[in-house]
Amino acid sequence: MLVDSAPPPTAAPEAEPRRRAAPRAAGLLAAVGALLLVLVASVAVGAKQIPLNQVWHGLFHYTGSETDVVVRDVRVPRTLLGLLAGAALGLAGTVMQALTRNPLADPGLFGINAGAAAAVVSGIGFLGVSSLTGYVWLAFLGAAAVSVVVYALGGSRGATPVRLALAGTAVTAALNGYIFSVQLLDTAALDRMRFWTVGSLASANSTVVSQVAPFIVAGILLALALARPLNALALGDDQARALGTRLNTTRVLALAAVTLLCGAATAACGPVIFVGLMVPHVVRVFTGPDMRWILPYAAVLAPVLLLGSDIAGRVVVRPSELQVGIVTALLGGPLFIHLVRRRRMARL
Amino acid sequence: MKHARTLRTRGGLSVRLDTRATLVVLLLAAAALAASVALIGTGDYPMSSADVVRTLTGGGTPAQDFVVHDLRLPRVLVGLLAGTALGLAGAVFQSVSRNPLGSPDVIGLGQGSTAGALLVIVLFQGDPAAVAAGSVAGGVLSGAAIYALAWKKGVQGNRFVLVGIAMAAILTAVIGYLLTKANLTDAARATVWMVGSLAGRDWEQVGPLAVACALLVPLVLGHGRALRMLETGDDAAYALGVPVERTRLVTVAAAVLLTAAATAAAGPIAFVALAAPQLARRLTRAPGPNLVAAACTGAALLVTADWVSQQLFGADRLPVGALTGMLGGCYLLWLLYTERRAGRI
Repeated sequence: MLVDSAPPPTAAPEAEPRRRAAPRAAGLLAAVGALLLVLVASVAVGAKQIPLNQVWHGLFHYTGSETDVVVRDVRVPRTLLGLLAGAALGLAGTVMQALTRNPLADPGLFGINAGAAAAVVSGIGFLGVSSLTGYVWLAFLGAAAVSVVVYALGGSRGATPVRLALAGTAVTAALNGYIFSVQLLDTAALDRMRFWTVGSLASANSTVVSQVAPFIVAGILLALALARPLNALALGDDQARALGTRLNTTRVLALAAVTLLCGAATAACGPVIFVGLMVPHVVRVFTGPDMRWILPYAAVLAPVLLLGSDIAGRVVVRPSELQVGIVTALLGGPLFIHLVRRRRMARL
Repeated sequence: MKHARTLRTRGGLSVRLDTRATLVVLLLAAAALAASVALIGTGDYPMSSADVVRTLTGGGTPAQDFVVHDLRLPRVLVGLLAGTALGLAGAVFQSVSRNPLGSPDVIGLGQGSTAGALLVIVLFQGDPAAVAAGSVAGGVLSGAAIYALAWKKGVQGNRFVLVGIAMAAILTAVIGYLLTKANLTDAARATVWMVGSLAGRDWEQVGPLAVACALLVPLVLGHGRALRMLETGDDAAYALGVPVERTRLVTVAAAVLLTAAATAAAGPIAFVALAAPQLARRLTRAPGPNLVAAACTGAALLVTADWVSQQLFGADRLPVGALTGMLGGCYLLWLLYTERRAGRI
């Protein structure tokens, strides 16, 4: 859990003002509204601008005109993939931060995305895997392996955020070295992988979306169902056990959710960093520390961030594109530095 | 302490020598030299160690002379110097951040150098000298940016490392972007550069690196005592008369420059800076940053890795950076495992 926002241990629990449900529900509605706006914008904005009435036409009165094809075959799958991958990365980051009680947890930063990427790259380089279905399973394998390592490191008592972040970065560095070596020995693989390893929504099509959707939806449901046990976990292991939480079950399920979400998102759009880090921090400002509100907010606001970044990437260097992974890194890096520079950081 | 011995001269000068550390340093230097001789003898035109030594001392045939002096000696010298620079820089960063993982390739310097070099390769199709200049500029700029962003009434170790991690992530995105912008030839060239290699180095790379080492290595070694006291904590060091922030600024700046020079000559060779100081510390069993031992370990490590890579995979099939990357990965897992068992992670 975020240590910063927790009340000092001496203060009585009542010191924290009780938040009412109504404002938070209203906020969630507003977030859904923002998501809808971004979804429409993502279909309309791009190398070819499509007016809103044309978007409507393409969605509901498909006649096969040029704009209709662009809308239905390019923009809509891309938008859907952004929606799914954004929700997946945001929830994965939220669950990881709760599970490791580490405010700096992020699937990209802890090397889970790099693990998935390394597995996919091995598949392309050594096994000749070229189908997305193959990528997905390999990505699961890699993500699961690294999540277990991170969990093994994060589960112990003395794990400080700093050491975990360092360990994750070092694992990422090692995996990146491996990825480079494979690319180096196989130029054909390099050509395919250099686009994939950046993190992009551009390659989306309806097949990709329909193949990863079941995994991401399952992961989202699992993560949302874990809100109560994760709340209890924030109080510390002993308290959580005293409240009747089954610790090991919760941890295994949470890890499974993180693996499903990160693996599927990474397989579909490559390693995207910092979405999982940024979203929970933004969300907590509105919701406070209750996971039952944080998780739905994160699921709604993370796609807003990812699609917003994607739209920004399409607009700033038009007619070319900036891949979404690059935009999120450029946005998230400064936020991370800001978090690190905050006064209380030394205590984490 | 009990293994330390103090040498005194009649003029009143004295130096304290740790027997084990001194022995380790000598052995490491010998190992580095032996590996260098073996490396010079390896290649399409194999030479025995005796021949190599005879040629180096000026007694070889003209053919041997050409192979050794023009082809292989520069490569070995780049390896030795880059290893020294990386080992020393790693020791400084780990000492300042008080963290065994705080090495230049984790905190964004390697990425900074790479981004600089890629910028030159991809946007300007520059020649090797321009690429080296770009890499130095990138490394120095990213080092300065990390230092400035981590500054807040002084630079604290953890903040320095975490800011570096963020910088590494941002720069990785920039590198990825540059790679997608490149055509395939440039992308392949960039990837080769990014792995780090000693293949095809000549005297042009040796010169600047040697100058950088000659200036910076003594500077860092001169701050060894201050660094060791810094490890006891800022307050204690300050009380003992160490100018805390100045020491940190000077040593970190020197380490950034050493890393940049080594990277410009050999590419961002992974994990030497991470592993060398830790290995040195375990070999000498001495407290403190172990600067000399770390430098010697770095040199021995890099040259040996290059020799092993040539023996295992054939001449120049796999660049040394790929091998140190994989070895470093294994070492890293072991380090994380032991750190965890010791309850430090």
